Amino acid sequence: MMKHLISIDDLKKEDILKILDKAEEFEDVALGIRKCKILEGKILANLFFEPSTRTRISFETAMKRLGGEVVNVSAQEASSMAKGETLADTIRVVSNYCDAIVIRHYLEGAARFAAENSAVPVINAGDGAGQHPTQTLLDLYTIRKECRKLEGLSIALVGDLKYSRTIHSLIKALTLFKTKIYLVSPEILSLPEEFFEELNGDFQKAKLEEVIGEVDVLYVTRIQKERFLDEEEYKKVAGSYRITVETVERMRSDAIILHPLPRVDEIDVKVDKMRQARYFKQAFYGVPVRMAILSEVMQ
Amino acid sequence: MKERELVVSKIREGTVIDHIPAGKAILVLKILGIDERTKETVSMALNVPSKKMGTKDIVKVEGLFIKEEELNKIALIAPNATINLIRDYEIEKKFKVKLPEVVKGILKCPNRMCISNSKEPVVSIFYIKVEDNKVFAKCHYCGKRIKELADYLI
Ligand SMILES: Nc1ncnc2c1ncn2[C@@H]1O[C@H](COP(=O)(O)OP(=O)(O)O)[C@@H](O)[C@H]1O
Ligand SMILES: [Zn+2]
Repeated sequence: MMKHLISIDDLKKEDILKILDKAEEFEDVALGIRKCKILEGKILANLFFEPSTRTRISFETAMKRLGGEVVNVSAQEASSMAKGETLADTIRVVSNYCDAIVIRHYLEGAARFAAENSAVPVINAGDGAGQHPTQTLLDLYTIRKECRKLEGLSIALVGDLKYSRTIHSLIKALTLFKTKIYLVSPEILSLPEEFFEELNGDFQKAKLEEVIGEVDVLYVTRIQKERFLDEEEYKKVAGSYRITVETVERMRSDAIILHPLPRVDEIDVKVDKMRQARYFKQAFYGVPVRMAILSEVMQ
Repeated sequence: MKERELVVSKIREGTVIDHIPAGKAILVLKILGIDERTKETVSMALNVPSKKMGTKDIVKVEGLFIKEEELNKIALIAPNATINLIRDYEIEKKFKVKLPEVVKGILKCPNRMCISNSKEPVVSIFYIKVEDNKVFAKCHYCGKRIKELADYLI
């Protein structure tokens, strides 16, 4: 039985599938069609040391749909707390007030450390450039729903493969499902060496135009301006990874485009209406998947 | 007893760490937490000719039987070190160090953004692994790998 959810590494394939199956059952609850108050009387603490809207709101929605209550500690409050006391102390205190903690923190390993100091289950909602397992579970859920299978697909990961925790988490999970993984990124944002050393995956660096017509999934992430020394270089690079209607026209009609959101301009808004665009659906799936996670750790 | 080989004087009781790669004796002391506060007599022989290793270092700690668990940490930098426990001038027990699976508080994570490098009350934890005959350590908190362990001893 899972207690904390810190890294996708901690989950076996069966654990992942179990959560996805459970999420399936919660979809109608997430849509408000069915009531299911299995977490009534429980309190979730959202502890965000780094700003987030999407992840925080989807946890909050998931908890409330299941009949539970939520207390939110904003990034501002959390950072003033961080000045006064250690994370270890904050967790010891907060874990006495609630039944589970969702934490986002700028330091890698913070969620694992929090779990070690907590009396209640801790869910990692992103730790620096580390892990973001709930995003990964919802990504997998989306892929399984929209591609109707999870095993043996091909996927192109596009954009910032170096710093994106979403990518770092996802890539670990994908290797469990015999995915063919194309890595599409500028050289300075390529996947850290460790991943090649540690994962027994089917990886291949590629150019977008080489693989666009082949892949089942195009997973796009943002290229941040701050990663570049000069503005010109950024513009050039970011421009060449931009997904436009022309790009999508070269994709298979049954292929899908995902993005962890928020997007800036890496996907043209005109793409939103095309059948391959599934990123808003993906964002919705965050709710049933997080319901499954919450019920798994608290029940 | 091969008297000629005793580069440093004989001890009556204690621990002799042999077959340390030349130049690593000081790091061995560091791992064992032996410093100016240590009361026991400690001697070191550096660059001793050795048939097996060309040259080696030897460390002797008088009057102290260091625990096996402690000694195994030496394997991080001296994988072939031999331990000789001496009693009444004779070798009572002899064994090779074994790599520990986990080490706490002796390696520093190279990742600046790792929680183990923050002001939190946290002790570094590393998992020790061997791949293609090479030893490396993996941070329990952030997953970062260390290949040159000697460079990250606390
Ligand atoms: N009484 C002692 N006092 C200090 N060092 C000793 C003593 N007996 C053996 N040693 C040292 O312990 C190590 C192992 O000794 P020995 O088993 O005779 O050699 P080897 O392992 O090279 O065959 C050597 O470095 C030796 O100098
Ligand atoms: Zn670390």
